[in-house]
Amino acid sequence: MLERYLLLSVILFCIGLYGALSRRNIIAVLICTELMLNGVNVALVAFSRYSTPAFMRLTSVDASDSVKVLDGQAFAIFVVVVAAAEVALGLALVIALIRSRNTTDVTEINLMGN
Amino acid sequence: MGLSGLDIALLSPEIAMVVFALVVIFSGLKWPNSSISVYTFLLATAVSICLSVFLWLRVESNGPEMFMNDSLIADHYAIFFKCLILTAIALIILVSKSSFTEFNQRAEFVGLAMLSSVGLMLLPSAADLITIFVAIELASLPIVVLAAFSTHEGKSGESGLKFLVLSAISSALLLYGFAFFYGASGTLQVLSLDSSNPTISEMLVSLDNDIPFGSIPILIATILSVSGLGFKLSIVPFQMWTPDVYEGAPTTVGAMLSVASKAAGFALLLRVLYTVLNHEMISDDWSLLLAILAAITMSIGNLVAIVQKDLKRLLAYSAIAQAGYVLVGVASFADFGGKQISYELGPESVLFYLTGYAAMNVAAFSVVILTVYRNQTSEIKSLEGLGASSPLLAGVLSVSLLALVGVPPTVGFMGKFFIFNAAVNANLSWLAIIGVINSAISAYYYLNIIKIMYLRSPSISGGNWRIALSSSLVLVITAGATLILGILPQPLLDLVGEASLSII
Repeated sequence: MLERYLLLSVILFCIGLYGALSRRNIIAVLICTELMLNGVNVALVAFSRYSTPAFMRLTSVDASDSVKVLDGQAFAIFVVVVAAAEVALGLALVIALIRSRNTTDVTEINLMGN
Repeated sequence: MGLSGLDIALLSPEIAMVVFALVVIFSGLKWPNSSISVYTFLLATAVSICLSVFLWLRVESNGPEMFMNDSLIADHYAIFFKCLILTAIALIILVSKSSFTEFNQRAEFVGLAMLSSVGLMLLPSAADLITIFVAIELASLPIVVLAAFSTHEGKSGESGLKFLVLSAISSALLLYGFAFFYGASGTLQVLSLDSSNPTISEMLVSLDNDIPFGSIPILIATILSVSGLGFKLSIVPFQMWTPDVYEGAPTTVGAMLSVASKAAGFALLLRVLYTVLNHEMISDDWSLLLAILAAITMSIGNLVAIVQKDLKRLLAYSAIAQAGYVLVGVASFADFGGKQISYELGPESVLFYLTGYAAMNVAAFSVVILTVYRNQTSEIKSLEGLGASSPLLAGVLSVSLLALVGVPPTVGFMGKFFIFNAAVNANLSWLAIIGVINSAISAYYYLNIIKIMYLRSPSISGGNWRIALSSSLVLVITAGATLILGILPQPLLDLVGEASLSII
């Protein structure tokens, strides 16, 4: 089962990466970075659910149902929270951009480097 | 779970910084543009450094400790970097004090800089993957706001947006790498002092000699994490955001990015490589990978810097090239099949170079902050005749540029000497040769600025310079440190030797 979840996470991550690098609308770019982070979250939760925690592997404790280690899930929650902060910041900047230049097209954001 | 008194004591430098940052931000509601915020920042830095010194002494007697449920580590390495980062940011803020008049909400700017420095302070002491991630985000999100701070200028908002998108993409790459580390090892605990508590390095079982990095998940994890960190450290081929952000953002932000963020990022990279991936089957692979990245980074940074007409862009490419030199030291992992020959040279040279680089680059950026603020342009041409109109600024800039080239008796020369020495010791002589060639190339564009300052007659920057006392203090301190550490490197060498003992 782990493979299927990982496949899903790779697909999500790659769609996000492709979109973030190719979309012209800045809001779409922000959405695509969210997609990448969600791909990461799927991988984290899948690893947490299907792989043996380290201390069990080293001490050869039986992986019984009573012991659940939620490291990956905890990590995923942190990722969600930080991603929300990132998007809030991004949208604030987009609003400033629309006010000053009336565009959301990244190819028009090119004052520098000429 | 819960916080014990020990946790609070060991976290006190960061706690002090956060408390003062909140004081600055809230007092900014009442007095948005008072320069009290800068003095509060200096006070916070002083308090934080004093607390760090106490912790250093405590570690000296008690040994390194884990705290906050094993998510952070207090050792000499982490405390050394905390002090370095705090000093650098305090000097940068102090020198930019006079240029803050162009901002609307000065207190907010300072408060956000303080919060970002808390993230940078946590990074060298982070011991698990979640803490590393949170520290990186805490350090970079305030920088986004700071980069976009000059609202009246279109370039500033643009650079903030670019930095945000690139840092989001790089965080995602880094996190995906972390997810694979977690999957391969089954633990988030990167390093641990407790031997019964397994760390990732102990969990890398069943390594295969035929596959690079021993196994496919570790291969994926390392490549993704190095790419993610490469964005933050502006390593070629992940450097394209650097010149735009440095050019568009307020000069102060460029200085913070090039000195403090770089030091913290390299601290993390070095610690993870030397304590987690130091397995003999993997170390050859990452050493080679980083050596190649170092060679490309130095060469591209220096070659593109030659054609720059803008001072801030030139410093951005210079920062890329300098990151390449540091990377040479990181790649110099001298471990030949268990026989360790002068194993400590690599980390020691990196720590020494980062300290020296902080001194010389803060000196260079201080002059640029002052001239860009006065001339309202960052063209290199605007420095014409600076040697006549302000001998202090021209002198400090000359010293720092000579140090960046690596001319004796500056700290730049000693730093490069140690780094290339470590490379030769680790059987990377070819990399040392590329580094020396690159230093020669870099001499062209650095010395060109000195020529422009002294040999061209002034076009715009004539007239009297009035430099605030605080700014001249910073100029003298940084230029002095650049020279003194080059002439008398031994005290600093002892210090970095002790700090790097924690990770080897």
